[in-house]
Amino acid sequence: MDTLVAQYSRPSGQQEGYSQDEQQELLQLTPPLSLKFALPPIAQPSSWLRAMTDDYSNPNCPIKIAHGTTTLAFRFQGGIIVATDSRATAGNWIASQTVKKVIEINNCLLGTMAGGAADCQYWLAYLGMQCRLHELRHKRRISVAAASKILANLVYSYKGMGLSMGTMCAGVTPQEGPALYYIDSDGTRLSGNLFCVGSGQTFAYGVLDAQYSYDLSEEDALDLGRRSILAATHRDAYSGGYINLYHVKESGWVKHGFSDTNPIFWKTKLEKGEFSNVTSELE
Amino acid sequence: MAAIFTGAPPNSGPGYSFTQTPAPTSASEPRQHAFYPYTDNGGSTLGISSSNFTILAGDTRSTSGYNINTRYAPKLFHIDSADPSSRLVLSVVGFAADGEALAERLDTVVKMYRYQHGKTISVGAAAQRLSHVLYGKRFFPYYVHAILGGLDEEGKGALYSYDPVGSYEREQCRAAGAAASLIMPFLDNQVNYKNQYVAGSGVGHELQQRDPRPLERKEVEELVRDAFTSAVERHIEVGDGLQMMVITKEGVEEVYRELKKD
Repeated sequence: MDTLVAQYSRPSGQQEGYSQDEQQELLQLTPPLSLKFALPPIAQPSSWLRAMTDDYSNPNCPIKIAHGTTTLAFRFQGGIIVATDSRATAGNWIASQTVKKVIEINNCLLGTMAGGAADCQYWLAYLGMQCRLHELRHKRRISVAAASKILANLVYSYKGMGLSMGTMCAGVTPQEGPALYYIDSDGTRLSGNLFCVGSGQTFAYGVLDAQYSYDLSEEDALDLGRRSILAATHRDAYSGGYINLYHVKESGWVKHGFSDTNPIFWKTKLEKGEFSNVTSELE
Repeated sequence: MAAIFTGAPPNSGPGYSFTQTPAPTSASEPRQHAFYPYTDNGGSTLGISSSNFTILAGDTRSTSGYNINTRYAPKLFHIDSADPSSRLVLSVVGFAADGEALAERLDTVVKMYRYQHGKTISVGAAAQRLSHVLYGKRFFPYYVHAILGGLDEEGKGALYSYDPVGSYEREQCRAAGAAASLIMPFLDNQVNYKNQYVAGSGVGHELQQRDPRPLERKEVEELVRDAFTSAVERHIEVGDGLQMMVITKEGVEEVYRELKKD
């Protein structure tokens, strides 16, 4: 009887605030992999999530997650060029024109963002944390191969849950040289010289494949990255805004501006005679 | 992609010249929407930050469908108001219950930080925590668009906007909610001077863009009021009252103004 009473009563003042465990939970920055994520109380969370958030299969979905993008990265003799546009769309609505789609994982590793913005931001920040822990544990910088694999294994463990990300990890390390990996939420992980990701990828590939060579000079490589994104912003309605350009070298990455596409477009047209499909007449 | 945020155009609002072709819904999966835990309570919020202050504002109408449930349901929450040095304000629009749950969650997180570290959390840290709180419900999202305002360590106005699952970005101005598509273009033009050119700087390609400058508090308050009075004229879910919170180094000042109630 006493145990029963004890079970259903408690001294006043107890349990009014948050318990130690609950405080710990509130302070826990990254949910451990045991799925600390809240799940809807139904049998098929992923199809419910799709019905609520996937505006492609259900244009009337109530929660619009931001999408649409062009990102590219390529390896060349002087390191790696990473370039992106900056537009975020939710359906037809342009949610932002100033998104930072190049994520600085640490001062020598870059990640790019395509797919769900929150997924990329959150998991690349998590990757940054894991990379720092690796440095502290092993007293040397993590290789790009290992870093990209942490991410690939992570997203693979969530496969089918509805994560959406297409990302590239770029870095230069003494043991690997310039290294570039493509990772997506299906669990794909590929190494390669050149990748374009997002709704504008085909337009970017068109320019990039035509002009690309491993022996490009640094200046030509930066121009090619910029020009490929420009082509994509011109033909893909879901891409636009600003061109975000980075160069990754062994000493770390260098930022080469976050520049408005419009003046670059007109400069390219008027000075180089490209984009002859557009007229520059005022009348 | 990306972050961000914010609002979808009103379903019945300004139309577009084309509709996105829906993906062929494979006949294989007939979808059931039996579990629908959200209501859109309408309304709109906006935030503008400047050199030494941030203003957040939201209308106070709460709707469901065509019904107006109440004319005073605040969308702005002063976070950790028990702390005299707190300069954080959260605005949430979307599903009001999720919004209030989110505000309470952030409030406890910010309080815990103060108790455990003996100091007030910085906006940057609070902004990242809020992102993680939202992402914690990645698979069962809070149906909200959040905007967080405060002052950064240098005393400059800080404003962060979020999408429902936590992608975030620091910005100068942001409108969210039902009338976001009506207010945001106005803000682009009047705060960031988008598509404004210096008079007499030339014609055609010679035109010089007008450079944005930090706005004065009085100017911003007028912009906010104009944005809302205009939205009230053209959006059914916006109206009744305007709640504004002005964040300066002196504190957080709340201002209430009437809006049309029809």
